[in-house]
Amino acid sequence: MADISAITIIGDFMARSFGRDAVPVDEDIFESGFTNSLFAMQLVDFVERRFGVQVDAEDLQIDNFRTVARVAALVERKAVRAA
Amino acid sequence: MVLLEDFRAEREELRVFAEREIAPHAQRIDREERIPGEVIAALRAAGVFASGFPEACGGTAGADPVADAVRHGLLHEALGAASASVQGLVNVHHMGGSPIVRWGTREQKDRWLPHLTSGSMMAAIAITEPNVGSQAGAVEARAVRDGAGYVINGTKCWITCGQSADLFVLVTGSDAGPTAFILPRETAGLTIEPIRGLLGCRGYMLAKLHLDGCRLPAEQLLGQPGFGVSHVASAGLDAGRYNLAWGCVGLAQACLDASVDYARTRRQFNAPIADFQLVQRMITGMATDIHAARLMCWHAGVMRGRRDPAAVKEGAMAKYSASRMVKRVADDALQIHGANGCGPDYPLERHYRDARIMEIIEGTSQILEGVIARYVYQEAGQEAGQEAGR
Repeated sequence: MADISAITIIGDFMARSFGRDAVPVDEDIFESGFTNSLFAMQLVDFVERRFGVQVDAEDLQIDNFRTVARVAALVERKAVRAA
Repeated sequence: MVLLEDFRAEREELRVFAEREIAPHAQRIDREERIPGEVIAALRAAGVFASGFPEACGGTAGADPVADAVRHGLLHEALGAASASVQGLVNVHHMGGSPIVRWGTREQKDRWLPHLTSGSMMAAIAITEPNVGSQAGAVEARAVRDGAGYVINGTKCWITCGQSADLFVLVTGSDAGPTAFILPRETAGLTIEPIRGLLGCRGYMLAKLHLDGCRLPAEQLLGQPGFGVSHVASAGLDAGRYNLAWGCVGLAQACLDASVDYARTRRQFNAPIADFQLVQRMITGMATDIHAARLMCWHAGVMRGRRDPAAVKEGAMAKYSASRMVKRVADDALQIHGANGCGPDYPLERHYRDARIMEIIEGTSQILEGVIARYVYQEAGQEAGQEAGR
């Protein structure tokens, strides 16, 4: 499980973006139909700016962006690598 | 806070450059439907092709990303005032290069970006097809895995600078979904067919690209399969909307400047037509609309520089507003010029034709209306947004 604060921050961002009160950490945002191509880049920009990590081409895997928990895990991996 | 006023000297420098090196060629570019080598050489010598690219790869964007984004926009304003076609050339170069900056591998960046920033190679972006315009994710060109690389077949259409670009960021379909590649011009199987006789922006040097069994090694893949539109092409489109919004401001300013000059010198009923209130109403509307669009562009630049997640929305809104604005302004400018504006002795007929193109390229107004509405719903956090986001 990724850092709890990252999960909270990413979850809040997604909830705001989707106009919802909350997004469960393991909800598949692609299956639930809330995402679109605009949100995809917004999410990358948000993650990079908020956590100071660089999302690279190799990170462009659907599974990295499927849930709040997966995005938080990606952030954690990138942060560890950058440290 | 970065203010437009802080850039007064640079704006003047850009204006002088564009008036000296580009504007004298603008009518010829329109007539001959191509940008002459001496104009491209002048752009290269002035470092124009480096604008918007990071310093690390030879670009001009460095320690102050907000100022860099605004400065880059002001360049496009100056280019747009001198020649919409030249603004288009520099725009698509940046649109083609931006996805490589954002998603290129170290090897891809090292191989291509120094050439792009020096202007020794020109870039373009190839998404549109005969049957696919706004719905980029539905492209019919197909990339099929073949050994260590890909084989690509299909046709791209309305590719700005397709006649002249040295490399293309190409979007195709694949088993994994939309997929982007770096396609060098010399690739075997690529045939380039010029498109001529356009309504406006005739110097765009548009082309159809015929891809007939083009083989590309896997190293030419840009980003990952399936992310060709949502992430890779969107990096170029986002840049393009921002650049074009500024280009529209420049083109509109050229319309206004020409109208003010004309209204002051054209006399009817024993007075310059500038004295007539109905002309003043048009001048006021033009000046106010241009001012508003310029401020939207500036704000979009600040957001881009900050890499704010709302920057995409701001860029889309700036492009939407500025492209509609320039159509109105060009229309009023033509009205002020009367019959003279319709003839070859004034640049107005060219401006009018060029302005009409702006609402169509880099996202039609109708597509942007959907895009912007989704953002509005997102921000409102309402139930409607959940539906619109699907």
